[in-house]
Amino acid sequence: MADEVTLLDFWPSMYGMRCRAALAEKGVEYEFKEEDLTSDKSELLLQMNPVHKKIPVLIHNGNPVCESLIIVEYIDETWSHKAPLLPSDPYERAQARFWADFVDKKVYDLGRKLWMRKGEEQDAAKKEFIECLKIVKSELGDKAFFGGKKFGFLDIAIIGLNCWFYTYETCGNFSIQAECPKLVAWGKRCMEKESLAKTLPDPRKLCAFILECKKAMGIE
Amino acid sequence: MAKLKIIVSATSLFCTRIEWALKLKGLEYELTVEDWDKGKSELLLKSNPAHKKVPVLLDDGVAIAESKVILEYIDEKWKGGDLYPLLPQDPYERAQARFWAQFADDKCVFGTWGACCAVDALEKEKAVENALESFAYLEKQIEGKKFFAGDKIGYLDLVAGWIPHWLGVMEETGGIKILDAERFPSLHEWAQNFIKIPLIKECVPPRDFLVNYSIALLSYLRSSALNKP
Repeated sequence: MADEVTLLDFWPSMYGMRCRAALAEKGVEYEFKEEDLTSDKSELLLQMNPVHKKIPVLIHNGNPVCESLIIVEYIDETWSHKAPLLPSDPYERAQARFWADFVDKKVYDLGRKLWMRKGEEQDAAKKEFIECLKIVKSELGDKAFFGGKKFGFLDIAIIGLNCWFYTYETCGNFSIQAECPKLVAWGKRCMEKESLAKTLPDPRKLCAFILECKKAMGIE
Repeated sequence: MAKLKIIVSATSLFCTRIEWALKLKGLEYELTVEDWDKGKSELLLKSNPAHKKVPVLLDDGVAIAESKVILEYIDEKWKGGDLYPLLPQDPYERAQARFWAQFADDKCVFGTWGACCAVDALEKEKAVENALESFAYLEKQIEGKKFFAGDKIGYLDLVAGWIPHWLGVMEETGGIKILDAERFPSLHEWAQNFIKIPLIKECVPPRDFLVNYSIALLSYLRSSALNKP
């Protein structure tokens, strides 16, 4: 039976990007169903993720999987014959999961404050954001990717953030290149992969969209 | 000296789930208990510099932090043969177990604790309502099953395992009621079955110890909240 794979997603979403990246790595064909989060949630989304009512949702042969990192692990375990995303060693797997969780707990919220707030609150967020990026960058060390020689789970967990760097820099008026050049270099290296370049949005297009959203929300 | 050590606190519900997992795998371990009066230990700060929190598993000196990450590590390192499986084999069932474990921690633990800490009556009422909504989801998950994992306990049972012992303490000290046998009959029955299991019961901290700790902590948090400018 042919696999039916659908991804409910919203193109600017960092979480959605993780799933797109994982599916691209595995070469899985799927239908990208856009949810426009600036308007009402679709019946399909409410049916497939009744608990959180959020994207991304992966629908595999009618069965929904929710929460981006859980989706990525599901993709890795289901299409296990190609391009393993998590390493095979239990300790390295634990490290990849730990740092992906760290990014979720610490970095994303700070990023939101960076583009949604201003003044002192934004400044404080900027400072903490840079500190967190430096912690994450130290996990990279001298490796080409967080996964080592190959792009892997932790790279996937962070790649969406990379697409948002330009937006953060513009809204926060600072340079991530100046603060974390190694991380920016990592991002460029990832985007040289054709599968990612085709799947992930253009950072400038993203920034323009966010600036429009800010205007619509009445945030300067 | 045991190869496996867990850095724990005497009261944390996140720590006991690690002990349960190791016992299910038949593994020997040592506990090193943080004394919060003395501040965080050098060992904890060195082992978990990112979060500085318990639990941390030390496997031959190598540190693994975050309780759900530790559980998966234990399951993946000690697997096969007669070893007790924590997570199911099927990828979809694994995704479901992970989803509900995350939900149980994010919404049920913190939802309940939030309701305990709330001082304002309206705020408390709203927090309890939210917590009840979250528990209703768990009730649906356990309906028709003895344990979340089926006939025997598994990963999600361990993650939800705070409910039979810690929840009652939070309810009593926080002045709230969440796990009502009439409202959540399946969850209530699951809780009774879970806590009866000898290796589960032998790891939980004494109830009055938890009660005293909870009273002191809530009092501190409430007075901090009231003293905020």
